[in-house]
Amino acid sequence: MTSTSRVVDLETKVQPRHGQLGRLDTVGYLICLGGIVRRELLRFFNQKERFFSALVRPLVWLFIFAAGFRNTLGVSIEPPYQTYVLYEVYVVPGLAVMIQLFNGMQSSLSMVYDREVGSMKVLLTSPYPRWMLLLAKLIAGVSVSIVQAYAFLAVAYFWETDFPPLGYLTALPAFLAAGLMLGAIGLFLSSLVRQLENFASVMNFVIFPMFFASSALYPLWRIRESSETLYWICECNPFTHAVQLVRFALYQQLEPLSCAVVVGTTLAFFAMAVIAYDPGRGLMARRGGPAGEAS
Amino acid sequence: MSDDVPALLVADVGHRFGTRAALDDVSMRVERGTFTALLGPNGAGKTTLFSVITRLYNNQSGRVAIFGHGLDREPSRALARLGVVFQARTLDTDLTVEQNLLYHASLHGIPRRTGKARIGELLERVGLADRRGDKVRTLSGGQSRRIEIARSLVHRPDLLLLDEPTVGLDLESRAGIVAIVRALVREEGLSVLWATHIFEEIRPEDDAVVLHLGRIVARGTAGSIAQGGEGLEDAFRRLVAARGRQAA
Repeated sequence: MTSTSRVVDLETKVQPRHGQLGRLDTVGYLICLGGIVRRELLRFFNQKERFFSALVRPLVWLFIFAAGFRNTLGVSIEPPYQTYVLYEVYVVPGLAVMIQLFNGMQSSLSMVYDREVGSMKVLLTSPYPRWMLLLAKLIAGVSVSIVQAYAFLAVAYFWETDFPPLGYLTALPAFLAAGLMLGAIGLFLSSLVRQLENFASVMNFVIFPMFFASSALYPLWRIRESSETLYWICECNPFTHAVQLVRFALYQQLEPLSCAVVVGTTLAFFAMAVIAYDPGRGLMARRGGPAGEAS
Repeated sequence: MSDDVPALLVADVGHRFGTRAALDDVSMRVERGTFTALLGPNGAGKTTLFSVITRLYNNQSGRVAIFGHGLDREPSRALARLGVVFQARTLDTDLTVEQNLLYHASLHGIPRRTGKARIGELLERVGLADRRGDKVRTLSGGQSRRIEIARSLVHRPDLLLLDEPTVGLDLESRAGIVAIVRALVREEGLSVLWATHIFEEIRPEDDAVVLHLGRIVARGTAGSIAQGGEGLEDAFRRLVAARGRQAA
């Protein structure tokens, strides 16, 4: 402990009148993390339409799209499947991760909104290091996405898409990793999007290309048959690896390459988001200040 | 740390947005246990200064310290002693009053039980104890502001920053909010920096700093700035006009 911090501690002890009520240690941070997750879940359950729209979107894909394409898009045997599977069975992992993709972007939308209405300022004036606050925000978003993904799996269970019972458990860390990756991408994007109105372009330029150029709806060997270039684009798409990680985990298997890509992408985008939100180096400060005071 | 360390020290702070200097060599102090008014017209740089003090923006040049804790070296210790009421409304309207305040308590690492007890005290102080379980969207503008003041005090800060907290409120709500904050200074020794352009909120004995076009154009007690029989408002207009001519 430095002499300065001893002085500060001493000062805190002799001045209990105001003194700080909270704590800045690990326990304090866990309280902070719990509070941020709790707020996100409260907001989510308060907005019932958000819950249902998050659930309806993949179910429409499953009940209508997958049923329609069942006979057109036959799926041959490839890992992790050990036999022919119905197309519905094939698309369920992709649709579950699609929920997380939308949720990750929705979280970033809510951060743009938070910044506009000012509640982001409240978060960022918390005394914890900024990267910890952003990580907490990320984990909060992932918690919501996992609730949504499992709600979808619960409905899909009654649609001949059952997985090994233990698979639901082994998929949890995969959903966590996929959610963190998609949330980190969303977090970074939220620092770039200046206004809420611009968010529509994020939907068009991020969500749809990521979703369609992946293994979510069709196995990549099928894409390779039509275009080698497109196949490699899909292979390089981190969303493909998030889907594959979850797909294998649902069958109690680990796909090492997908795991490495998901973890690496998460770290890279989270690091960029931390830089973007840093008051010294970040994009926030350079993006203009309050009305009337900035150029 | 001796008592002459001010609650807030701003020394030679500059901040630019592109080529425009929003703050230019700004220095000021808020002494412990005092109410200091930061006066300035719209666009003077008040919100940028608040953003620098709250570390939303980096202080590109100069130094900011809260009770001696520099924002550059000890940001956590500095922010832990700071409470802020922002100009924009920052409550979550879908959540209840208590949920909003508990969220803030958690941002400062305060356990729920301690937070709940503290929230009870604060809601009593701002006169809204009966609205604890109500959603924020059901509150009036003045009530929301009082809740925001309560929220800013949850972690027992020593320095409170308020950025034009009474803008858009009716006379009665405005007076109520000023009274709450002045009582905190008087009874609990809180240090306050109150940004405003509403002169009725300032008393002659208050410390005041006048900011215009990113520079400090006057400082002293409000009474000394309003010298020679002219009111504070007239003195303010004179200072702002003089600075405007210099800048031109």
